[in-house]
Amino acid sequence: MKTKLMAAAAAVALSIGGAQAQQWSDGTIKIGVMNDMSGLYADLTGIGSVIAARLAVEDFKAAQKGMKVEIVGADHQNKPDVGSGIVRKWIDEDKVDVIVDVPTSSVALAVNEIVREKNKVFLISGAAASDLTGAKCSPNTVHWTYDTWALANGTGKAIVKTGGDTWFFLTADYAFGHALERDTAAVVEKNGGKVVGKVRHPFPGQDFSSFLLQAQNSKAKIIGLANAGGDTINSIKQAAEFGIVKGGQNLAGLLVFISDVKAIGLQTAQGLIFTEAWYWDTNDVNRKFAERFSAAHPKKVYPSMIHAGVYSAVTHYLKALEQTKSDADGKAVVAKMKSMPTDDPLFGKGTIREDGRKIHDMYLFEVKKPAESKGPWDLYKLRATIPAAEAFRPLAEGGCPLVKK
Amino acid sequence: MFELLGVSPQALFGQLLLGLINGAFYAMLSLGLAVIFGMLNVVNFAHGALYMTGAFVAWLLLEFLGVGYWPALLIAPLAVAVLGIAIERTMLRWLYKLDHLYGLLLTFGLALIVEGLFRNEYGSSGQPYQIPETLQGGQNLGFMFLPNYRAWVVVASLAICLGTWYTIERTKLGAYLRAATENPALVQAFGINVPRLLTFTYAGGVALAALAGVMAAPMVNVSPQMGSSLIIIVFAVVVIGGMGSILGSIVTGFGLGVIEGLTKVFFPEASNTVIFVIMAIVLLIKPAGLFGRAA
Repeated sequence: MKTKLMAAAAAVALSIGGAQAQQWSDGTIKIGVMNDMSGLYADLTGIGSVIAARLAVEDFKAAQKGMKVEIVGADHQNKPDVGSGIVRKWIDEDKVDVIVDVPTSSVALAVNEIVREKNKVFLISGAAASDLTGAKCSPNTVHWTYDTWALANGTGKAIVKTGGDTWFFLTADYAFGHALERDTAAVVEKNGGKVVGKVRHPFPGQDFSSFLLQAQNSKAKIIGLANAGGDTINSIKQAAEFGIVKGGQNLAGLLVFISDVKAIGLQTAQGLIFTEAWYWDTNDVNRKFAERFSAAHPKKVYPSMIHAGVYSAVTHYLKALEQTKSDADGKAVVAKMKSMPTDDPLFGKGTIREDGRKIHDMYLFEVKKPAESKGPWDLYKLRATIPAAEAFRPLAEGGCPLVKK
Repeated sequence: MFELLGVSPQALFGQLLLGLINGAFYAMLSLGLAVIFGMLNVVNFAHGALYMTGAFVAWLLLEFLGVGYWPALLIAPLAVAVLGIAIERTMLRWLYKLDHLYGLLLTFGLALIVEGLFRNEYGSSGQPYQIPETLQGGQNLGFMFLPNYRAWVVVASLAICLGTWYTIERTKLGAYLRAATENPALVQAFGINVPRLLTFTYAGGVALAALAGVMAAPMVNVSPQMGSSLIIIVFAVVVIGGMGSILGSIVTGFGLGVIEGLTKVFFPEASNTVIFVIMAIVLLIKPAGLFGRAA
């Protein structure tokens, strides 16, 4: 029904260089980009992540450095069993050295265990669960772009500080939604706010009017949307219909991507506040990357923060390989990645912590009014920068067994 | 004042009304399914995909031709009806004499193809569609804020449902249709073109789905998946109402919308499953459905 392997379409083999001192297992550095290629998250991950990885390899000039890099892509259909099967086959038969992206936390958690068992490398950009660097952390994994804690912290704190001190949660009824609600509620309460109620909606949902009415009756100042993708889009669209924002309540999107804002439209989404790790229109380098990316993308979409994270993670992985000269021992490669400061065009300077958490600034954005937007992808304005030191969960609080107490 | 499990009567009225609005969609979609099953004996799994197509046609009209909501209410169902005629003429026609399963498999395959095509062309995250100018805003009813657009939807779909029921059960055309289902050879002998009648029935059924799609476009995200998440619920509605029963599908559509709405207040986590629980109970007690005739 769905194409399992898109390797043929996505594979990019870069020619062999001269240096032979390096020890690439089977002669090639093989990058496996696995995500949702055909479903709900296909626009914000999908083929775009394969393109981002390819651009990173090109910019790194891997071929000139004697590194033969090959990229393959696959569709995990958001199912942990499908994803596990692909990763096992990739590692055992196709000699893939590093798994990249993997949105949908349930799939990422499954892949996390396989990669650890096989001693390969796992670079997460798409998945959100902060457990990946908490209780489930692994010496073979780096969690690159964002996580539930960072989103909750950025959005929750900013909103409570500007007066939004009573909250009602609209939560997707599965692990991800519960985690996001839990993390945000903790931030709200820590900053002096109060959670006055919550409702857990089935996932995925179509009609949220009933839940929105409950939120409206709660008189909470802020309605926190602890859901994602189509659920968030429909919640926001229907909240506008029911006059929730006009009535004085505000929405807080706890996980919003650029493709969601595009799908809702500025007319309805304007004023929405949320946290992201990267946006294309913040400086010239990012703008140039966005143009290249869009030109290479079959649907001409602009890159999401997940795409940018894939680019940045692959760049740092290749830099580490330059030092280790070998891709055989995944744990050693990740240890190298952690010991080197990160520095790439899109995310700038940063670090990777002991628990596998990549540390960088996060940004609080607001959706523009239709009159302020100058083009189809001109959607956000920057409200605040959350400095790297405050953006992520403190090392000691995650409960990662790798961290020595 | 009475309070039920901590829910105020005002909130309860609000939820009942919202349930009725959702029920309007279930009714319109299950009505089309019931008509197609009743007359053609085809379990039309492509119904959700055609509902989605209706919404997308409305978006395409607005995006590329600047044609707004009101003309789209007419144009999108017509466009989908033409697609329906093509499907019936080239594919479904050959399956009438075979087991139901063949029609189900064919339409299920078609649904996947149509969804895949839209996803390939327009992506999975969906497209924006605004509520038409004239229906923006809403009324404060005291117990809830009722958007004007939802009020329009519930009135319009009730009118459409009753109109369809009247056409099939009370007019001469409807009588031909029903007769053609019972005994096509005899009706043909009276000089009525039965194959054409069936083609138009299918076209009419899928046009209803497209109409529901256009009406849904301003309320839910216009995305390729919007049909597949609804179709299963609508099938449950048809089974509960009784396969092929037109009045049954209308009454159960609205009724289940209300029951689902109440579940969203008292036990929100179960609101997606409550309809299937009811379906299981109905199948155990009255296998032909609440309004169906035992075969």
